[in-house]
Amino acid sequence: MAMHTIELTLPGVFYQRPAPDQPPFKSPGDPVVAGETIGLVEVMKSFLSIEANCDGIFGRYLLADQSDVDAGDAACEIEV
Amino acid sequence: MTIRTLFVANRGEIAVRIIRAAQELGIRTVQAVSAADQDMLAARLADEVIELGPAPARRSYLDTAAVLAALRRCGADALHPGYGFLSENADFAEAVEASGVVFVGPRPETIRSMGDKAHARACAVAAGVPIVPGSQGRIEDVDAALSEASRIGYPVMIKAAAGGGGRGIRVARDADELLKLVPQAASEALAGFGDGGLYLEAFIEDARHIEVQVLGDGTSVVHLFERECSLQRRRQKVWEEAPASLLPGDLREELCKSAVRLAQAVRYRGAGTLEYLYDRRRQAFYFIEMNTRIQVEHPVTEMVTGVDLIREMLLIAGGVPLRHRQEDIHCRGHAIEVRINAEDPARGFLPSPGRIEELAVPGGPGVRFDTGAYPGYQVPPYYDSLIGKLVVWGEDRPHALGRLARSLDELRIGPLATTIAMHSELALADDVRSGEVSTSWLERWLTPPSAGRSDAA
Repeated sequence: MAMHTIELTLPGVFYQRPAPDQPPFKSPGDPVVAGETIGLVEVMKSFLSIEANCDGIFGRYLLADQSDVDAGDAACEIEV
Repeated sequence: MTIRTLFVANRGEIAVRIIRAAQELGIRTVQAVSAADQDMLAARLADEVIELGPAPARRSYLDTAAVLAALRRCGADALHPGYGFLSENADFAEAVEASGVVFVGPRPETIRSMGDKAHARACAVAAGVPIVPGSQGRIEDVDAALSEASRIGYPVMIKAAAGGGGRGIRVARDADELLKLVPQAASEALAGFGDGGLYLEAFIEDARHIEVQVLGDGTSVVHLFERECSLQRRRQKVWEEAPASLLPGDLREELCKSAVRLAQAVRYRGAGTLEYLYDRRRQAFYFIEMNTRIQVEHPVTEMVTGVDLIREMLLIAGGVPLRHRQEDIHCRGHAIEVRINAEDPARGFLPSPGRIEELAVPGGPGVRFDTGAYPGYQVPPYYDSLIGKLVVWGEDRPHALGRLARSLDELRIGPLATTIAMHSELALADDVRSGEVSTSWLERWLTPPSAGRSDAA
């Protein structure tokens, strides 16, 4: 098993959840399929989906919900 | 009372614009900033800078309590809200005035009444301003639909009374289509919304967006002619002009007079804009809503009238009666504004925040560039993508288009992706040059005709 991280390409505000009153996109242990949304980045009033680029098992978020993030930050870990 | 210290409750290019107008009147300026905006141009130009809170707008520029606290701390006697953020928040305007500070804009009750679209439409009707024609309430049966449709004129939209968001809308081009579509629409509305009620509205094909600029002092109102803003993407304007070159002269006068009637009916104070749809086929205009603030595209009006709208807003807020009579305001030549956004049109308008290394601003006669940026400025990811507005004036529309193309060639912003190249292409597009555009034109133009097909093969 190797640990894979997903890196952001744009700065902004990171969201673990699709909406404030909903659960996070992924919880530790959830299966992940490439192309699935694992988070959102709000940049210049647009919300961009952050998609998994591999299949695996979700490890954990590396960025807090609603935190300020930079391009290059690792958003989460996926076991592949 | 004359304003001595002005609090600028906005950011970016409009904050710079407001500071410049204030300084020209000898007014001291206090610029409100979020933690991410300490280095913006407006903060460098202002006499004083006061921090509101963290970067996200909801915790700074949109945080009423934070703005009011900063306002009290700095002792300003007036506040300019700019556009967006709290500019059309009636409760905020009320709180500002309650704290003894002048709100540079209309009275809070005007913001409230025009913000309620149904109420604004009712005010328009009362003032004799046309709104999009429709059936009187629900249509009860096919016969009623036929008679209402012939009164409104085809094509008509059939809408579900309980619907919303564009769902369940059908367009009938003649009586035969209406006869076919009404029963379908009724059963679908019943199934979809639990209510089969329908109503009709005129379908405005190839609608054009036209708006009228007004200035009022709470008693009298004048208009500063109209703008056309039909080039839009996702309902966001990207290119604006003054005047609207397609409008026949008599209709233009009627349009501007209707705007004055409505603004006068609400005893409008400050700068405001009345938005209309123009139906070229019916040769008719219809009021849609009023914006009770300064607008992004105000410079095209300034270029053709020579009136400094922000200066007039500040003077009116300071208690000076309107300084222009209607007959003193003339429209000369043609102006075009294009919005330079930090977005990549080649990648679906993907936002492109980051540091501006190169910023070369065009010069020469009839050219203006309003921006909140400078070389070395970091465009933050937290707010809208507007970097600047390139505005040109020419003696007529072809002159302005030539000047625009030339200025766009001179304008360099890098290394961020911007909309400069898209505007250069637009300035050469046949439909834009001939003025044959509607509010849906730009999105069609941006969509390649055979998108996806070659990939599938």
